[in-house]
Amino acid sequence: MEQIKDTQPTRSTKRNQERFGKTISLIATLLIVLVVLSILFFVLSRGLRTFTQHDVSVLDFFAGTEWRPGETDDAGNALVGALPMIVGSFVVTLLSALLATPVSIGAAVFMTEVSPKAGKKILQPAIELLVGIPSVVYGFIGLTVVVPFVRQLVGGTGFGMLAGTLVLFVMILPTTTSMAVDALNAVPRHYREASFAMGGTRWQTIYRVVLRAAMPGLLTAIVFGMARAFGEALAVQMVIGNAPVLPDSFTTPASTLTSILTMNMGNTVFGTLENDVLWSLASILLVMSLVFNIVTRWIGKKGAIKG
Amino acid sequence: MKRMNVLNKMLFLLSGIIFLSACGPVVEEESITAVGSSAMQPLVEAAGEQYSGENFGKFINVQGGGSGTGLSQIAAGAVEIGNSDIFAEEKEEIDASQLKDHLVAVVGITPIVHPDIDVSDVSKEDLAKIFTGEITNWSEVGGQDLEIVVLNRASGSGTRATFESTVFEEGQEAMVTQEQESSGTVRSIVSSTPGTISYIAFPYVDDSVKVLSINGVEPADENVVTDDWFIWSYQHMYTNGEPEGLTKDFIEYVLSEPVQENLIPRLGYIPITQMEVQKDAEGNIIETE
Repeated sequence: MEQIKDTQPTRSTKRNQERFGKTISLIATLLIVLVVLSILFFVLSRGLRTFTQHDVSVLDFFAGTEWRPGETDDAGNALVGALPMIVGSFVVTLLSALLATPVSIGAAVFMTEVSPKAGKKILQPAIELLVGIPSVVYGFIGLTVVVPFVRQLVGGTGFGMLAGTLVLFVMILPTTTSMAVDALNAVPRHYREASFAMGGTRWQTIYRVVLRAAMPGLLTAIVFGMARAFGEALAVQMVIGNAPVLPDSFTTPASTLTSILTMNMGNTVFGTLENDVLWSLASILLVMSLVFNIVTRWIGKKGAIKG
Repeated sequence: MKRMNVLNKMLFLLSGIIFLSACGPVVEEESITAVGSSAMQPLVEAAGEQYSGENFGKFINVQGGGSGTGLSQIAAGAVEIGNSDIFAEEKEEIDASQLKDHLVAVVGITPIVHPDIDVSDVSKEDLAKIFTGEITNWSEVGGQDLEIVVLNRASGSGTRATFESTVFEEGQEAMVTQEQESSGTVRSIVSSTPGTISYIAFPYVDDSVKVLSINGVEPADENVVTDDWFIWSYQHMYTNGEPEGLTKDFIEYVLSEPVQENLIPRLGYIPITQMEVQKDAEGNIIETE
């Protein structure tokens, strides 16, 4: 016993160090959790005030189509229908993901299966460059190139969901492509070898084996792209026209949750309905990003590659 | 070697202490924060820089955020100065009684259209009807057969509030249409989209857009000072109660002759001292001379 005790001191300094390191990482983790929880609490508590303090009915908010915060209708109900923005957000998100999916999967197949060398040398840097471009630059290009293009193509002013979709398509392309590349790279080599060994052509291997095996990863890539599109504010705001009306076509001005948020937050007074209803929009965004997160986790769990 | 190092360090520290203590009593650093209207930001920033240059160690932090932010921050006492293009009384939620208003400048606002529009003068009634959506084609006001595209600033923007309160008659309401957040974006969209009409403050006007005169009156500073050009607003600096110390000093500086006569006109605003009329929070005009 005595001997063991003699050896203890050196051990215990090491153990102290270990404990110290553990404590630091634990504190860091707790801090992050605390920040996330307090943001959640703050946004949701503000957002719910629309319904608790200002007596707006939930139905009026989610299904109403008149957005004139600060004004009331003849019955005295506040005009805070958020349906135009909710529709706008979902439409541009889904459409841009729909456009980006085939392009990014095609690019990923090229980079991993067809010509890895050229892919690494040319496509990879190009995509990394796309990631690095700030969203205000995308918006600016959208305003000066995409909007006039849409105007010449279909008439009208050019502002609207079509322009928003095109800008978002380019913006989420790098996210979806690089994640699709990762997914394809994660397909074990022996899957391909087995396919070739059985006489499968390259196309058959890609289509029947690699893409099938990478499907969960590809879906995750698309959902991540959608999450980015849903939360993008600045670039969309510059090209969508920001008219809080239910869009009757893709080329008439519409609005998204984010565009209305960024446009109005500086002009409202904290604690008023005009301000709280913006927090309600922010709550929708927050909840949707949680949903996107849960969906990607669910996909990951369901379809992890076995073997 | 080691001793040398320690000695060096001590010398360095000592010289640092001497240097800092030499600075200490001479310059007492002081700063205040002014928050609010983005239309006023360039003005307050330029005045603040000039003030800091003349008064060593005094700093004016200027932030944007919009008139609503400026008013709510000053009402909450979170900042020293709240910048706003509109009267605090116009925002119902703000308790204006505790705020002290300092009018520092005036800015005119003009309707702007795409350069290809054949219209250069419009009546006040027609202008209002364009923005309420009653007039939808340029041919109805003497221009070519082209659909009118109305572009608004965000609801709650000071420029929009001023435009609507001076142009609209009682009961008229803006149509729901495109909105943009900043004057710069409005200008670039108007310059590039055929048929568009919007409005911006004088300092933002350039050759890329065409201004409209109203009832034959041109949008010019000399017409604003007499209220012949009726779309204008004060630039307010609000303080919570009577200003004190640096805040008082800075506001007096902004109202002083060098700033009013040089800086403010250079930035495109109209000095408050030149105004021949006054406007109250309800929009009533009073002749002063």
